[in-house]
Parts: sequence; C-alpha cells; structure tokens
Amino acid sequence: MKPVFEYTKGMTEKEMHYCPGCTHGIAHRLVMEALDEKDDLGNALGVTPIGCSVVGHQYMNIDMMESAHGRAPAVASGIKRVHPNSPVFTYQGDGDLASIGTAEIIHAAARGEKICVFFINNAIYGMTGGQMAPTTLIGQKATTCVDGRTFAQAGSPIRMAEIIATLDGAVFVERVTLTTPGGVRKAKKAIQTAFEVQEKKLGFSFVEIISTCPTNWGVTPVNALKWAKENMEDYYEIKQFKCPEEVK
Amino acid sequence: MSKKIFIAGFGGQGVLLIGQMLAYAAMYQDKEVSWMPSYGPEMRGGTANCTVCISDTPIASPLVTSCDVLIAMNGPSLVKYENMLVPGGDLFINSSIVQEPTTRTDVNVHYVDCIELAEQKIGNAKTANMVMLGAIIRQTGVVELNVMDKVFEKTMTGGKAKLIPANREALSAWGK
Amino acid sequence: MAEKKLMKGNEAFATAAINAGCRFYFGYPITPQNEVPEFMSRELPKCGGAFIQAESELAAVNMAYGAASSGGKVLITSSSPGIALMQEGFSFFASTQTPVVAINVSRGGPGVGSIQPGQADYEQVTRGGGNGDYHTIVFAPASVQEAVDMIGKAFEVAEEYRNPVIICADGILGQMMEPVVIPPAIPPVPEEDLPKIRPWAITGHKNKREKNSHNSVWLQQEKLEDYINSYWPKYDKAERELADWESTDLDGAEVVFVAYGSTARVALEAAEILKKEGIKAGLIRLKTLWPFPKEAFKEIGPSTKHVVCTELSMGQMMKDVECALQGKLPVSLVNRVGGMLLDPIDAAERTKKILEVK
Repeated sequence: MKPVFEYTKGMTEKEMHYCPGCTHGIAHRLVMEALDEKDDLGNALGVTPIGCSVVGHQYMNIDMMESAHGRAPAVASGIKRVHPNSPVFTYQGDGDLASIGTAEIIHAAARGEKICVFFINNAIYGMTGGQMAPTTLIGQKATTCVDGRTFAQAGSPIRMAEIIATLDGAVFVERVTLTTPGGVRKAKKAIQTAFEVQEKKLGFSFVEIISTCPTNWGVTPVNALKWAKENMEDYYEIKQFKCPEEVK
Repeated sequence: MSKKIFIAGFGGQGVLLIGQMLAYAAMYQDKEVSWMPSYGPEMRGGTANCTVCISDTPIASPLVTSCDVLIAMNGPSLVKYENMLVPGGDLFINSSIVQEPTTRTDVNVHYVDCIELAEQKIGNAKTANMVMLGAIIRQTGVVELNVMDKVFEKTMTGGKAKLIPANREALSAWGK
Repeated sequence: MAEKKLMKGNEAFATAAINAGCRFYFGYPITPQNEVPEFMSRELPKCGGAFIQAESELAAVNMAYGAASSGGKVLITSSSPGIALMQEGFSFFASTQTPVVAINVSRGGPGVGSIQPGQADYEQVTRGGGNGDYHTIVFAPASVQEAVDMIGKAFEVAEEYRNPVIICADGILGQMMEPVVIPPAIPPVPEEDLPKIRPWAITGHKNKREKNSHNSVWLQQEKLEDYINSYWPKYDKAERELADWESTDLDGAEVVFVAYGSTARVALEAAEILKKEGIKAGLIRLKTLWPFPKEAFKEIGPSTKHVVCTELSMGQMMKDVECALQGKLPVSLVNRVGGMLLDPIDAAERTKKILEVK
C-alpha cells in the first residue's frame, strides 16, 4: 500500500514545546521537508534565533546552532564562508529579525549572501509573553500597548518583505501564509524555491511566513487562523515580490 | 650607540617615508630599531611625524619626549618641536620652506634646501625627502650610506624600481 | 631562520594569523587597527580564505561565531569601543565552547574616547565584559615580534581550551614598525577534513552521525549549572598552565615595577634611569592578564620596599596586583590615561617621590 503521508526524516521525535495552535510546527516541517526532498538533511546548516523557536534545533534533524538575538543573518554569513556549498538558512521571528536584528538582515540581504531566511511573522513577542512586536498591527493589543498599538505612540508596523525586496542582493522575496491549506502548500513551494536559489548561488532569498500566536493573541487556535487571515493578510500582502528567471 | 630621531612636517612631504627608510637601513645593519608614526584623523596636508629609535641594544620605549636628531620639514614643526632636541643634538631644517629661525643655540643646525637641490641636481622635486635622508645619514652616521642600496632594492620593487637611480643620487645631493 | 622584515604591527598581526592557518576574518573599521581589515581584504581571498567588512562590530563577532562554530579558524580585531560591542559574542563563544582569537588594539576610553593608545580595557578583557560565568584568556605582548609569536600560540590555546583568546595590544603595537620574523605557515584545514579535526563543529551530519546542536539557552537551570560545572575545570587548568610573565632585575630591587604591553617598555626604561641614580629597580612584566600570573609576585625578595604599577588606566591592573600581594607590600600607581602616554623620565621621577614619601 502506498503511504499518503509520512513523518519527515527532517524532524526529530522530540515533543514540541510550542503552544496548541502555534504554526511554528508547520513552518519547521515545511523547511525540513524541502531539505529532505533534495536529500540535503545531511548537508544543511541552520541558525535559530532568540524567541520561541530558539530551541528549534531540537526538532529539526540537521546540524544547527543558536545565535544571539537578531544576529542570525551575520552568523549564517560566517557559516556560509566556511561551507560555501552547503545549504545555510536562518529561522527567525519578528522581534529577532525586524527589531533587534534589522542591521544584520538588511546587510545580509544587501551583500547578496547566498543564504535563505525564513521569517516567522506573528505580530507579537511570544517567548517573553505578548509584548508589542515591530510587526504588531495598529489597534492590536499587546502587554506593552494594552489599549492597542497606536501610530502616535509606536509608529507603524514594518513590512519586511517589501523592504528587503528593494535591495538588489535579495533575488527571491515572497510573503506566504499558513492560515489555509492552500497557503501552506504555497509556503512550501516558496521555501523550496528559496533553497533552489541558494543552490544555484543566485543571491539572497527571503520568505516571510504569516503565522499565529493564539496564546498571546488571546484567541483559540481556530480563531487565530481566522484573525491572521482577516487582519494580517490585509496589511501584509501575500505576494511574490521577486523571483529570478532561473527558478521560475 | 643609541639614537632617537624625530621627523616632523606636513602630510605629503614623505616624513613617514624618511623614517621608514632609516628604520630599514638600521635593520639591514642588524641594529635594534623601532618606527612609530603619529596617527590621527588628519589625512592629507595635516601634520605628520614619526619617531625612529636605533640602538645596539633592545629598544625600550618606542616613543620619545626628547630626541638626539630632529628633522623639521616645515616651519610649524620647528617651532613646535625644537625644544625636544637634546643639547648638542643635530637639527635638520628644510630651508626650502622653513622661514622661521631656530631659537636653539646649543645644537648643530644643518640647513638643507632639499626642494631646490632635488629640482636642480636631480631634476625631480619628489626626491626632496631623499635629499633630506641623505643629509641625515651623511651628517650623523646613524646608518651607513651604502646600506641604502639594499633598502631601495627591497622596498622599491616592481614599477617603483625605475625610481631607484634618482633616489640614490638624491642621497648625495646635499653638501660638499 | 626566516628573514627579518620591517613590519607595521597591524600587518604583522594579520600575517601571523594567516600563517597560523586562519582563513576567516570579519571586521569593521576603527582606528588604530584599520590596517588589519585592509590587509585581510587583500590577502585572504588569495589564499582561499574569506573576508567580510561587517556592518558593525556586533555583526563581525557574530559572523566569526558562525564561521568558528562551523569549524573555521577565525580572527577578529577591533579597538576598545568595538571590543565593547563584541562582548555579546564572546559570551556566546564561551557558552558554546567555540574557539576564536581576537585582537584588541586598544585606545583611550570611556565612550568613544581618544584614538591614541590606552590600557583602560584591562577590566573589559579580563573580567569578561559579556554576561555569565566564563573567562577570556588574555595575552599581552610588548613588541611586534612577541605579538606575532603570541598570535600563533593564541590559536593553539583557543583550540585546546575551546574558548576565546584575546590579544591585548594597543595603539603603539598596532601602529609601530619593528623588525619581525614571521613564523612559518601552517596549512589550513580543508573543509572536507573539518568533521574529523573539529568533530564538535556544525558541518552537516551527512546522515552518518547524530546531529550537532550548539545551544546557548538552557531553560532548565539545573542543567545549566551542571554544564557550567562540567567546563569550569578548564579555567582551573588555564590558571595552572597558562599564567606567564617575565621578571627583570628583581634581585636586590628596592622598587619593583609591574606593567604589561608597550607600557612595560617604558617601565623598563624608567628602571634604567633609577638605577643610574642609585635606586635599584626591577620589573615584573605580565605576559598574560588572565590568568593573572600571581606566582610572579612570589619572586619579589626582601629588599623590595615598594611595588609601582605603571599602566595607562586609573589602576585597573593594580587591583589584581594588590590582590596577588595580599597586603605584603605597599602598591602605588604611576599612570597616564585617556590616550596620554607615560614618559620614562616622568615615571622615574614620580617613582622617586613615592619612595621618598614612604
């Protein structure tokens, strides 16, 4: 009998610490499946951020390291110099990438580093307990803006994919979402393309993944998907911004 | 033998190079030597100076507050540094551009019109710093003049090698 | 013997690192160490290595962290405020037991400070400016030749101890030229041999071994305590085996100078001046700042009445000297700060005053 679904070899059997309804598990699996399908689990080198996914290396069955908060793109740039032919990626959240690590992400993209960056945007700080993120929407409540984020007080949420797409070194930039099965399939495709771009040494690739945080949003897992779809996807356009001809 | 040499002027005069050439020469004579430049935000046209210590025994401090030999490549350097020179020391003044008189009467003053000599005798004003270097070497004997052939050979390689004859000639331009 | 070359300190440092097998350098411009990144940008690509001009010292140290964690032999350099920015990285290197060699071509501080030589980073480099329980091993050369020799040793020690090693140079050592013999070149480890030479590195498991994970976070504190206790013996070993110093003329000395780096050369000259005036003066020159060479102070004999610390700081090294002497002798400070340099004549005069007051 032909199996319709198998647990990817890319994931360890360790029980995840993520909250029910959190989409980190899906995103982890997609990255690992993409590597597994290219038979690259033995070659891949990954960098985890500070945030909920700091211990993502416990779940992903590849050689990985943690980095200081926001520095993952710098760390990955260093790894890539030592292992220019290995697939190197970072997996970062919104506080890590879009707040404390803005210098590192911008310059890694500007240099056209041959690495993949998977950016989990769930519009909130998860690990520290629900504070406002650089991607928290206007009006969205967080523990450091209990009446909702205001532009007057905190400025506007940052659209990272759009910013990264302005840089010539970034050759593949796409924003995807995990709120629907169709979205998950497209996310997987984007992740696969990102690795292909790296393999062909075309430049920097960036996949922003709209994700959920039911715990800190204060909603049920099902409503979290609904909330993300109705609110985040409105502000953060699901779109492929850039894609090189070679991988189309 | 131990000599502390201080060379000062403005950027572009070859102040640091004169010091480096002395340092190379000392090294090729198996002497202990150190070369220490001033460094700062000024790049071109600003002040430049360097200290060269040459000795038969290991150099203790590579920096000096007094020196045995002072080279003033411009007027402000003479005014600023002439009191560093020990009594009986050698003071070399680039008389091509230094208008100020020295106030020191207890030192050996050597006026070197290095720009005119470079232009007239060598036909290349850019060798003025080598004219000054030649004056220092021949007057103080801090290094031997003939070791300069090896210094030129080691430091002026590739496209610079063709400049060696003019530079070598410049070393002898000053004086009798 | 290899030929003597007249080299500027910073270029000699870079050359020594390449000859020690270093092929990866990440840096950011800051005076007075700029010749190092300039040299590396030219030379590393020629020998199969890689250079990145990072966007900040913070990025540089983290690039180094990635390269070293994946098995590369890495050098980073900076000057005082840049080293301050790198402290986050040193804490991570120590936390994951990853080797790296860093050179601090130090200058006057605090803040932006001055660009002239300083030694006010003593506490920064010896106390571990980053968070947590760790040490950085710190070498303090006093000449370009010694710096070059120490760089080779630093790579060996970093690898053996799997820990950051900092070479504490200063603006004088970085900028001065001295004749130097560069040690012969050691070939770098090719990428394919890294898993064998550095089995702890993240190099890809190739489906042949368990995956390597370098983690710095410990969400169960009892495990972190166990981990710290497991690596701490290497620091005890370092204190036993790495502490290094050089003593000069301690026999019969009335006063003993303590100094490190280029300032030790000033102290030596000050001692010579005092000797000419009939005051016997010796010198303990620290070659490692951490581990602090406590044993050196046992060599001080009964003739010595006073210990004088000559340093370019407000007495940061003096605290360790006092600790090592345990109150047995009076300790005084002869210093300049902020990028100003000690003059041997001035140091000798001030020492004479200290001896008279006693």
